[in-house]
Amino acid sequence: MFQHNMQKFSLTLLWLIFTLFFSSLTHAQDDDPIKGKALFNANCAACHQLDKKMTGPALRNVETRLYEDEGLDREWLYAWIRNSSALIKSGDDYANRIYNEYNGAAMTAYPQFSDQDISNILAYTAQEKVTPPAVATVATTQTSSNEDGFSKMLVLSALAVLFTLLALGLFLVNQTLRRFANKNDIEVKKAVKGPSLWKAFVKNQFLMLVTAIIFLLSSAYFVYGYLMQIGIDQGYEPIQPIHYSHRIHSGDNGIDCKYCHSSARVSKHSGIPSLNVCMNCHKSIYEVAESTATEEYSKEFYDGEIQKLYNAVGWDDENQRYTGKTKPVKWIRIHNLPDFAYFNHSQHVSVAGIECQTCHGPVEEMEIMYQHSPLTMGWCINCHRETNVKVEDNGYYEKIHKALSEKYGVDKLTAAQMGGLECGKCHY
Amino acid sequence: MSTNKKYWKNFQDLNPAVDPSVAKIKYREFVEQIPVDEFLSDKETLSSSATTRRDFLKFVGFSTAAASLAACEGPVIKSIPYVVQPEEIIPGVANYYATSIANGYDFASLLIKTREGRPIKVECNTLAGENGTTNARVQASVLDLYDSNRLSGPTKNGNELTWELFYKEIKQKLKGVQAEGKKIVLLTQTFASPSTSKLISDFKSKYNNVEHVVYDAISESAAADAYQFRYGRRGLANYDFSKAKTIVSFGADFLGDWQGGGFDSAYAKSRVPKDGTMSRHIQFESNMSLSGANADTRITLKPSQQKLALVRLYQNLKGDSSPISLPENLKLSVDEVTNEILAAGSDAVVLTGVQDVNAQSLVILINEFIKSRAFNPETIILTRQGDNESVNQLVKDLNSNSIGALIMAGVNPVYSLPNSSEFVKGLKKIPLSVAFAMKEDESAEVAQYVGATPHYLESWGDLEIKSGFYTLMQPTIRPLFKTQQFQEALLELNDDPRNYRDYVQWYWEANILGESNWEKALHDGVFSGSPLATLETVNKTIAPSYSLSNILSNLSLSKSSKFELTLYPKTGMGDGQQANNPWLQEFPDPLTRTTWDNYLTVSEYDAKELGLYLDPSNFFNQSSHDATGGLNGTYANINLGEVTVKAPVIVQPGQARGTVGLSFGYGRSKGLKSEMQTGVNAFPLYKNFDSAQSVNIKAVGGKHEFACVQLHNTLMGRGDIIKETTLEVFNTKSPEYWNPTPVVSLNHIETPVNSPDVDLWDEFDRSIGHHFNLSIDLNSCTGCGACVIACHAENNVPVVGKEEIRRSRDMHWLRIDRYYSSDETFEGDNTTKDDISGLGSSLSTFGKMEYPSENPQVAFQPIMCQHCNHAPCETVCPVAASSHGRQGQNHMAYNRCVGTRYCANNCPYKVRRFNWFLYNGNDEFDYHMNNDLGRMVINPDVTVRSRGVMEKCSFCIQTTQAVILKAKREGRPVAIGEFNDACACSAACSSGAMRFGDINEKESPIAKLVEDERAYYLLEHVGTKPNVVYQVKVRNNDKV
Repeated sequence: MFQHNMQKFSLTLLWLIFTLFFSSLTHAQDDDPIKGKALFNANCAACHQLDKKMTGPALRNVETRLYEDEGLDREWLYAWIRNSSALIKSGDDYANRIYNEYNGAAMTAYPQFSDQDISNILAYTAQEKVTPPAVATVATTQTSSNEDGFSKMLVLSALAVLFTLLALGLFLVNQTLRRFANKNDIEVKKAVKGPSLWKAFVKNQFLMLVTAIIFLLSSAYFVYGYLMQIGIDQGYEPIQPIHYSHRIHSGDNGIDCKYCHSSARVSKHSGIPSLNVCMNCHKSIYEVAESTATEEYSKEFYDGEIQKLYNAVGWDDENQRYTGKTKPVKWIRIHNLPDFAYFNHSQHVSVAGIECQTCHGPVEEMEIMYQHSPLTMGWCINCHRETNVKVEDNGYYEKIHKALSEKYGVDKLTAAQMGGLECGKCHY
Repeated sequence: MSTNKKYWKNFQDLNPAVDPSVAKIKYREFVEQIPVDEFLSDKETLSSSATTRRDFLKFVGFSTAAASLAACEGPVIKSIPYVVQPEEIIPGVANYYATSIANGYDFASLLIKTREGRPIKVECNTLAGENGTTNARVQASVLDLYDSNRLSGPTKNGNELTWELFYKEIKQKLKGVQAEGKKIVLLTQTFASPSTSKLISDFKSKYNNVEHVVYDAISESAAADAYQFRYGRRGLANYDFSKAKTIVSFGADFLGDWQGGGFDSAYAKSRVPKDGTMSRHIQFESNMSLSGANADTRITLKPSQQKLALVRLYQNLKGDSSPISLPENLKLSVDEVTNEILAAGSDAVVLTGVQDVNAQSLVILINEFIKSRAFNPETIILTRQGDNESVNQLVKDLNSNSIGALIMAGVNPVYSLPNSSEFVKGLKKIPLSVAFAMKEDESAEVAQYVGATPHYLESWGDLEIKSGFYTLMQPTIRPLFKTQQFQEALLELNDDPRNYRDYVQWYWEANILGESNWEKALHDGVFSGSPLATLETVNKTIAPSYSLSNILSNLSLSKSSKFELTLYPKTGMGDGQQANNPWLQEFPDPLTRTTWDNYLTVSEYDAKELGLYLDPSNFFNQSSHDATGGLNGTYANINLGEVTVKAPVIVQPGQARGTVGLSFGYGRSKGLKSEMQTGVNAFPLYKNFDSAQSVNIKAVGGKHEFACVQLHNTLMGRGDIIKETTLEVFNTKSPEYWNPTPVVSLNHIETPVNSPDVDLWDEFDRSIGHHFNLSIDLNSCTGCGACVIACHAENNVPVVGKEEIRRSRDMHWLRIDRYYSSDETFEGDNTTKDDISGLGSSLSTFGKMEYPSENPQVAFQPIMCQHCNHAPCETVCPVAASSHGRQGQNHMAYNRCVGTRYCANNCPYKVRRFNWFLYNGNDEFDYHMNNDLGRMVINPDVTVRSRGVMEKCSFCIQTTQAVILKAKREGRPVAIGEFNDACACSAACSSGAMRFGDINEKESPIAKLVEDERAYYLLEHVGTKPNVVYQVKVRNNDKV
């Protein structure tokens, strides 16, 4: 019974695939969906998606839909795409309806499209949606790591058994030897116990003193080391309320740091971007590409994080509008300077022209942002000692740099020679 | 040796045979059995208890472990960015907005510095000229915004309600009042706001039978009346002191708050000797005022004699000579002054602060007679429009049931009216009383409805400070509470659908701006146009009997009594509306240098006569100073009719004999923290709004502890601390004579101290880069103290409270030392000191020199860290927390400081301040830094110091660095004079006494000032090479 059903099912499936293949073949005879995709991405994608309403309607199977629902043919689509406003003005019923549905936002006219171009685009929109098989990457990585641990355990336990057997063997050999000795009346000499090493050590006051000193010094060394790392959060990598990946934004997409952290140019703060900055792009980027997903983080995961952004900024993606209900994001601050240290981003970014990465590390590779540098005073001072002041094309430095470099007899002044080591420059 | 003594507790013990049970009890630990069984046998309770002993121990163990673990973890700091960031806000960059203060007492155009949307600092609006200057109160007003005692919404009989309900009920009641035919009275502060005047006239036409009474707590009504008598309309004549060569003032403290104040910048201009001339200032007065302290000649006399002196002056000028009952010496002084005025002609100006229409009228006549150029009746000051008569009438009307509704705005009559109890009695009778107030003050507490009003930094508005000179007020922050302006309320009551912002714009575009642009006016904050004809003024009928002869005869009737009291506003407190401001409470009065108090100022002679004098050599309660140096005083009763006020007494040098002084603004009791409820209320003594009263003074003993920051009052002849000379010497002799460089002995040869041979230290080359200097001109410094508060605000200086100030633990980075001469003049002191010979004479003479003269010369000297190039503090710091920068600033690294205080001990200028406590977030110091609201005023660019570290003036390094960074970012050299306003003190100084800048910038004003022949350094002989330079004080004693 079961088998019979299976057979029937696979037959149907086969037939279905065949018909699908055939039908797409018939279309492909004149219209090229690959060319259509390129055109679509270049011209339409800013406002349209295939399966999602954006500024304009979703376009999957638009031709069939129009024909079935409204009885409109391809000619109507040509007219609409080439000049929608003319069509609206002409009093076309559906043109006006759709115009009003999208809040009177007129579609850009594309008179340069040939019939073939439009057909290609329509061919692209007529393609079936491909759902990728869900990959259980996370699960696989987990098992592999488990396997790894298991094998280690196996080796270790084997070793343990081996050593136990060895110890047992030795003990048995020893006993056998003793027995032989007893039988042959050989007296086993008992080892003469001299004063033990430990007692000798305890009695030697000089050695004791030296050991004590060494012990104290080394413990002081470790205690000092421990105390000095308190408050240094190098490598601090907290879990943020929204999983924002610098790797994707600044690494893969090459967005300039200062596009989002714009106040770094003019202010002491680099500034955490306000959510409206995110929405500049994420208004149209509501999901990540398949290729963005990694083994560790799936596409669904990233899409979920984008949803978190929409939730925080109050963006209703369905209806493409702001609801006004905002939930400001409570980011966890990673780089914390103490209150008594003054640091100004603009001095370093705009005036000195230092790359963000100099202090913040390879941010473009960071999936999760972490503190790269120790942010200690020694670290600051070191850089000030080694870095030359960037004087080129800066009228401020002209006079002072010339005078000071003459005074110190150098060509290039370091920040330290410019006065960058004075206490009051950072502590006030 | 054994003893047969028997110790017993009671009789049974002594003789156990009587009661054997006692013997048994004796061997028990407890007399009665402990009911252990009873407790343990109660199995039910035991088993029903969820917590067993083991559980309990587990809990204890867990919580201890958890607590210690939790303590190990570092804090998680969260940052919350904007959802939608406003375009104009960049975190970390300050924005400035032009607005105006108009609180009924202070009126000025200002620039407000805001950070991330929070106003944090008040600055002068230079576009507004003399109307854009600030005093200590205006500087401190930003803290009033963050006052934790502010009302958070409207109330009805103390219960909160919504604004909708508030208006609904008031409208209903106003209709009822109208129906009854009773009067509606608006009792308001002086708004000086054209749009508000229009709103009030709208209100009048909507609800007929409305009366508008303008009330100033400290009245200038007499002057306004006199102006009206003379010129037919109400107002106060304007004065331009920069045009005056001879200034004669009869009790007018024009450097204080006389007629609205704000005259000091023009005054200071003519006080700096230029081309051999400077103005001459003669002050006739009873109390020692700021103006008196700055005067070249100061003559003490009673208030009643001021009137007679005015008459004498007028007669002298006119050549009359009717007999006036003045003492001979005063007659002589007036005659001398007459000659000076006649010689100066139209370059002279005469002023009076006597609250008498006749006196004010006579002054107008005198100024007209001499054709004074400084006297400008065409321009009128509009910031004092109060009218005594209508206020008095209002109190009568309230009690006669003719008023149906009283709406108060910006006033606190229950506190500030002399007949406050009558006012309250009447107020309780009327059907509707509304108060618009920021806090639940004395008046708001009595009113039925209280409309919570916003601070001026949250408000819209406009001002006409002087006729034709307009300023705008705009909010610099969203309202912190559910508040609405009085003007908003008027619009609502007028059923006007507009909001007040639109109303102001509409009014300005229709009436004021003409062709000009509203946006530009709003940006600048100021607009000069033609005066408005429609200004609302009180209509008064002019007395027909008014004539010159009446004036003279009325004034001549003035009789002196044994004690005459002069009431005055203190520089730091004004009329008392800012009493909940800890900065102002801790602001040392420029003259007495006392904080957190007001007091009766008495002359030394009278104090001794009345038994109010505490001798320093006495012990314990009777000593003028206690063991830590804290100043003590005793109490006196001031009696005026039925009113008796008990006030502590301070002996004030320069107080005229037979006069006493008491300041307004203290003794507030409602709407402020208990710490701020200081001093006594002087308003009950302000009968008929006359600041001069005949009173009886009686010693009542007791000890009052003052918090005074300067315990030594004289210079002891050390003329090198405040160098001064006379104009004559200044003009005729070389600077070597009046500004000599100190010399020290090198191999028994006198060598100038600035010679490198006598220097202990190597000199650094400071010619490269910036080298900051601050110049302080002792001639133009009036001692007003705006810089003290500006410094407080800019640098997050904590408030420490009265107790700590008394222990000399004040934290002001900038102080203004005030010195009295112990001889008639400071020059006399120098001579006395130089003439001392022998040990005996030196002991007795120096002993005498500790006491100021009866009418001493006064000198002010602002002192902050001198940023010595050879700083004594730097060499003694064991941890190098204090170090020198190349730019001339003495750096203080708080995080390095371990609090040894060696630096403070080694500082010859005593400018370093030690944090004895953690002043922020500490309930022991419940001032602004102890609540979230008050902390919003903190400057984010300056560290808030903790306990145990030293702090001091930094030359506002955060601002100098910001100016440099701005230039670097824009890739240009720092512009000439760009550093001038970098220091908070120099930016706040409206008289221009303080100038800051880079002396390596050869064209800047500071570079010239450092080279000036008047320039000298404080304690130069110590060899510290300071970066603060003072300019020799020149007194104009040139009598004609």
